[in-house]
This record gives sequence, structure tokens and C-alpha cells, in this order.
Amino acid sequence: MPRLNNPRVTLAIIAVALVLPLVIQNFLTFQLTLVLVYAIAIIGLNLLTGFNGQFSLGHSAFYAIGAYVAAMLMDKADFPYAMTLPVAGIACFVFGFLFGLPALRLEGVYLALATFALAVATPQILKLSPLEHWTGGVQGIVVNKPEAPFGLPLTEDQWLYYFTLLITIVMTVLAHNLVASRTGRAMMAIRDNPIAARSMGINIALYKSLTFGVSALYTGVAGALGAIVVQFVAPDSFTFFLSISLLVGLVVGGVGWIPGAFFGGAFVLFVPNLAESFSKGLSGAVYGVMIIVLIYVLPTGAAGLTRAASRWWRAKA
Amino acid sequence: MELLLQQILAGIATGTIYACIALAIVMTYQTIGHLNFAQGEMAMFSTFLAWQLIQWGLPYWTAFALTVALSFAGGVLIERIVLRPIHNAPVLSHVAVFIGLLAILNSLAGFIWDFNVKPFPTPFGTAPLIANGFIDAHQAGMIAVTILLLAFLYGFFRFTRVGLAMRASANDPVSARLVGIRVGWMAALGWGMAAAIGAVAGMMIAPIVFLEPNMMLGVLLYGFAGAVLGGLGSPAGAVIGGLIVGVVENLAGTFIPVVGGELKFTIALAIIVAVLVMKPQGLFGRPVLHRV
Repeated sequence: MPRLNNPRVTLAIIAVALVLPLVIQNFLTFQLTLVLVYAIAIIGLNLLTGFNGQFSLGHSAFYAIGAYVAAMLMDKADFPYAMTLPVAGIACFVFGFLFGLPALRLEGVYLALATFALAVATPQILKLSPLEHWTGGVQGIVVNKPEAPFGLPLTEDQWLYYFTLLITIVMTVLAHNLVASRTGRAMMAIRDNPIAARSMGINIALYKSLTFGVSALYTGVAGALGAIVVQFVAPDSFTFFLSISLLVGLVVGGVGWIPGAFFGGAFVLFVPNLAESFSKGLSGAVYGVMIIVLIYVLPTGAAGLTRAASRWWRAKA
Repeated sequence: MELLLQQILAGIATGTIYACIALAIVMTYQTIGHLNFAQGEMAMFSTFLAWQLIQWGLPYWTAFALTVALSFAGGVLIERIVLRPIHNAPVLSHVAVFIGLLAILNSLAGFIWDFNVKPFPTPFGTAPLIANGFIDAHQAGMIAVTILLLAFLYGFFRFTRVGLAMRASANDPVSARLVGIRVGWMAALGWGMAAAIGAVAGMMIAPIVFLEPNMMLGVLLYGFAGAVLGGLGSPAGAVIGGLIVGVVENLAGTFIPVVGGELKFTIALAIIVAVLVMKPQGLFGRPVLHRV
């Protein structure tokens, strides 16, 4: 797998990311911010699916919990927006860990069904009338867009972009280090051969539940950021199809390769719009064909492409 | 007591819908080992075909037979063209391809036949079957069709050479190939059959949920739940699983106060997950043993 171990490439990418919002329009900046948000969520899914081999169709639920925790804290408790992220992350970690415990007994499609149930149940629970006081029911919650602090000469969109970028870099580095650590190797050992992993003394139940928790934490932070960026949460933004989008992003970016999440995030945000510009009526068909063609041409996603490119580069040099 | 009985019967009637689609899901799972997320959309597309044929003036049962045949061919074609090239790809690639298929079929149906809700005829009529009207004729017909379908499948897999060959290639592809079974074509055949079963399910469901490109979304979710609950290895289990989902959903909606009505699907799913935690292979599935 290609890794973020070439500091020059990494620094160049970060430099471009820093300059970009100064030269592009506000709406595009907003979209790029959302790409980063999706990327964080996809990293979370990748930790679970790509590195630990557990299948989830339920990550829209964690995203929703993160988003609602952030929105409710800002709306009801006047929390500063940056402070909502750790709270949302911890809430999702606990929830994910607890959900991971019964899910331990389930494998493959059965785990998929359990997580799927979670994804389908979440919007319904959020709409529930007894909870309407906190969740705003079907209408959802509107939150204010934060302004740039310290009198920085940035628009709100630009500031949010930089804020999200900072969080994204931190989360990416953490995920990268986690995967490279002893814990990460244990996660992968469980994915590759659970029985061998157990005989090496790895506590499978603990690591699987922890991975579920960490994965939910990432997705929850993404959800909280998403709520701040979009300024709005409503139950119907977090349906099963969000889970599907994240899965598509994961496959497109490359399963088991962390930087792939950025390709995946860009894919799920931009490609449906692109498909719509080809043909209004057939946008879904164009999107579907694009996914299938991509799987044919690049079965390992952006990861395989990057690997091939870097091999070509080295051969040339 | 009468309310309970009535709700159970109504649950069985809706459960039959889920059972039909669960049956199609199990067919695909048996032949290629994956859950087909596009199964519902394939059924929806077939139902639109039937609607079009009826609009062109064909009698119902002719259109029915023609649709089943066309869907079978369509299923085989999809397997040959779309899935054959990736049959060794990992699970997630399959999921992505199924999602692609789902998007394509949904969008195509909307493009060709638009998104307006259309009524779909029933061959059984809608008069109440018995005097106090627990279930109507269409629901009874639906149950009958499902039972026929199940009997047909049972006979097919038990007593015909092709059925036996399909089971063999699902069970042990390598040995099946060694005795001369064309394993690849068996998968295509399985897809065709799943598409045909889906078409029957779609045509049975359409008079109740009405015809439109998104008609199958909800049904597919219940179908999945039923298939997994019954155990993905057993067609009869899928049917029973679908029926249980229907009954549990109905009873939860009626008898659990306050949140029951709003959360009936959630409650049904929660019960299913609880059952799965107790019995991870589904109610009628056999545990899968791995050689170490």
C-alpha cells in the first residue's frame, strides 16, 4: 500500500489545500469543506471495514448522532462550536463501543443487517414526537455559522474550511499512527485470520469493540463538523443512503488505504452533481454507470491508481 | 382477542410481500454468495414492464408470463454482462456494483415511465374473502402464489437435474466443475430465477403499494430482514422470516403504546437483531463451519 511517507508530496498537498480557498469561489470552498467532512467519516469506516474486516451499513447513524449532539449543544446549551466536536466524538465512541459488543457475535451479512437496522432506525427515532423538544422533530435544528475569530480577514466559508482542514489533518495523522501501531497490527491480524490472532494472544472481543468505537468516533466528529458547516440537521439527511454513500466513497478511495478517503469524499460529493450535468433525467443512471465502470477499471480504487503512478514515477527516475 | 387475530392475519398478508422478495434475495445469495441490493429495483423494473404490456392491451396472465420470461432473460444478462467480469472481486466491490445497478434501474424507470404513481391491476379482485373481512381476495391470492412459488422451487431443486446442478455448484464449485457442471452458467441461471421471482413479487405487491420507481425501497428493507432472520441458506426459512417480520411489525404497531406506531419498523428490526444475537445463523440457517 502507498503510504503518506513521502514528506515532500504530503507538504505539497497541504500547501495547495491552504492556498486553494483564497483563489476559488465561496461555494466551491464550502463544497471542499464537505469533501473533508466526508473524508473523516470515510476514514472512520475504513478503520472498521478496511483494517478490522467488520462490515457496516450503519455509519449514517453515527454521523447523525455526531451531528445532533453538536447541533443540540449549540442550540440548547450555547456551546462554542469547536467544543462540540470532542463531546460528539466521545458520545459516538461510547455508543459505537456498546453497539460493537452484541455485534461481536455477528459476522458478514448478519453484521451488515444489524448495522443496517441501526441506520434505518436512526431517522425514525430522531423524528419521534416525545423527543421533539430536543431534536426539533422532522424540522430539525438550525445552527449559526461561526465567524472567523481574532478579526481574521476571512469569510465564514473560508474560516470553516481552514478549521475543518486542521481537524482533518489531525484526524488523518492519528488514524495513520493508529494503523501503524501495535493496536493497528492487532486490528489487521483479526481481519486476516481471527483464529491465528487469538492464538497470538490478541483479545478479539476487546479490539473489535474498540475499533467499532473509534470508527464511530471518527464518523461522529465528521457528523458534528457537517452540522456546523451545513448549519442544519434534520432526520432525513441521515438516512440509509448516507451509509451507502460512505461505502461507495470507501470503495472508490481504496479499502485499507487511509488517504483514499479524500478521493472517496470528493467522489461522493462531486460525481452525483457531475452526473446531473450530463443528463437531468438520467442522472442516477449516469452515476450508477460511473460506479460500475470505476470498479471495472480500478478494482482497488484510488489506492491502486496511486500505487501504479508511484511505481511508474520511480521507474522513470 | 379478535383484534389480536385480525392483526396477526393482516401481518401475515403484508408478510407475504416481504416473503416474496426475501425469496428472491435468498436465490441470489445461494448462487453467488452476495446480498443483492438491486433486487428490489429489478423487481420494480419488471413490474413496470408488466404494466406496459397490460397498457398495450395484453390480457393480465399473458403479460404476467411474458414479464416473468423477460425478467429471467434480464437477470441472466445482468449476471453475464455486469457481474461475470468481477466474480472474484471482494465483497465491497460487489456492494458498490449493486448500488450502481440500483441507481441505474431506478433512474431508467423514472426516465421511461416517469415518477407519477400508477395503479396496478390485480387478477384476484379486492372483495373481502370471508364475511368479516380479515383479508381480501388479493391478499389471499398473494399467499397462494407464494406457496405455489415455494412448492415449485422445492420441486425444482429437489427433483430436476438442473436444480441439483445449481445446488452442487453453490455448495462446492470446484467439485461441481470436475463432474462437468458449468458453474458459471449455473450462477447466471440463479440470477435469472431470482429476477423472475422478483418479478412475480413485484406484480403481487404493486396493487397494494402502487407502481412507482421507489415502490420497492421499503419492501426491500423488510425483505432483507426476513431473509436474514430466516437464514440465508434456506428458501423456506426466508418465507417464514418474511411472514414473521410482517406479523411482528403489525403487532408492534398496534400493541406497543406511544412509540409503537412511529417506530414499528425499528421495533421489528430490534427484535430481529436480538434474535440474531441469540442465533447468529438465522432461525433456519445451518452454522457455517470453517476448516482451520
